[in-house]
Amino acid sequence: MTSPGDSGGRETWPLWEVFIRSSRGLSHVHAGSLHAPDETMAVRNARDLYTRRAEGVSIWVVRASDITSSDPDAKGEFFESPQGKEYRHATYYTESEQVPHL
Amino acid sequence: MTTEQGMTDELSPEEREFERLIAADQRVEPRDWMPDAYRKTLIRQISQHAHSEIIGMQPEGNWITRAPSLKRKAILMAKVQDEAGHGLYLYSAAQTLGIDRETMFEQLITGAAKYSSIFNYLTPSWADMGSIGWLVDGAAICNQVPLCRASYGPYGRAMTRICKEESFHQRQGFEILLTLMRGTEAQRAMAQESVNRWYAPALMMFGPPDDESPNSQRSMAWNIKRFSNDELRQRFVDMLVPQAEILGVTLPDPDLKWNEERGHYDFGELDWTEFHEVLAGRGQANALRVAKRRKAHEDGAWVREAARAYADKQAELAAQSERLAS
Repeated sequence: MTSPGDSGGRETWPLWEVFIRSSRGLSHVHAGSLHAPDETMAVRNARDLYTRRAEGVSIWVVRASDITSSDPDAKGEFFESPQGKEYRHATYYTESEQVPHL
Repeated sequence: MTTEQGMTDELSPEEREFERLIAADQRVEPRDWMPDAYRKTLIRQISQHAHSEIIGMQPEGNWITRAPSLKRKAILMAKVQDEAGHGLYLYSAAQTLGIDRETMFEQLITGAAKYSSIFNYLTPSWADMGSIGWLVDGAAICNQVPLCRASYGPYGRAMTRICKEESFHQRQGFEILLTLMRGTEAQRAMAQESVNRWYAPALMMFGPPDDESPNSQRSMAWNIKRFSNDELRQRFVDMLVPQAEILGVTLPDPDLKWNEERGHYDFGELDWTEFHEVLAGRGQANALRVAKRRKAHEDGAWVREAARAYADKQAELAAQSERLAS
């Protein structure tokens, strides 16, 4: 299975995916990718590349090749289960719409 | 891309899904099926764009040591650093289409790949740092804002990040010119002389006129490009005129005048011969820019290799001690 950012080519350094927490209380969010020889350099490069304007208080890096993803060609069947199950959303229940604090 | 109704039945399910995404103005993501021509167009456009950012570091990098104050030096460094960053975002976006970075680097230093012709002009005066920010980055922003909505997801996301960072580039350039225009007569002349040189090349950054730009039609049908070259150029001129008035500089075009009927400024014919000459490699600095990039790439090779060798060795040592411990 291929990883999301893998171009499958010859690279001097491996590809890393970068996740940044923009401030305390928020999740790390994918910011982009970069090349680096090892994890230490990947974190430093990520700081220089993605937080030049104080965009982050914490950085995660993950080797792109270590990411497993769902099969893009099978997304129809794979995500089929919630289809037609609108009753899992509050908006499905319309009778109670006018009731306060509900 | 619109397809005639009769054709639709002959499309494969992947093709139909791609057409549906484009028609619904949704985004195409890296591992979706896409037509080869779409992939090739994007690889060419995104890598050229990345190369432009990387080569774009040179005309300004050239002035860092000579900038007139510590503040100006710091600003210029921040800007050049941003350009390196923008190049990297874009190379990453191009890579998701299946081209590797080494190949793109080679295409740039062997002269096989193109980059924006604007960077093949020399920057002989300090005022050129102002003109690059105001006119060149201004034109780039005009071009790039609609690209944030490009149909290819990674490209749009890279452009969103770039546009956010780019906004200071134009302002700092404008302020360099404003400072000069408030200065001595010699400083005002320096600003005007620089604007005279950069105005037309900046307008040509939007590419040839629409009727000579066959590829743009297709890019627009694919929602990569949202506005035509001429539309963007007009929009840029309309923004520039009031800004030039605030600066007190004259835009070097005798035909430039407000057209009440159109609600736009009319402007003179551009010298497309010059554009094609620079594009063909006969600009002021084509050879210089590529040679400098090649030298930087080759001089840095040992650093990249040493860092990799070190990482490999550390990984090997870690594996060894793990074996010993078990």
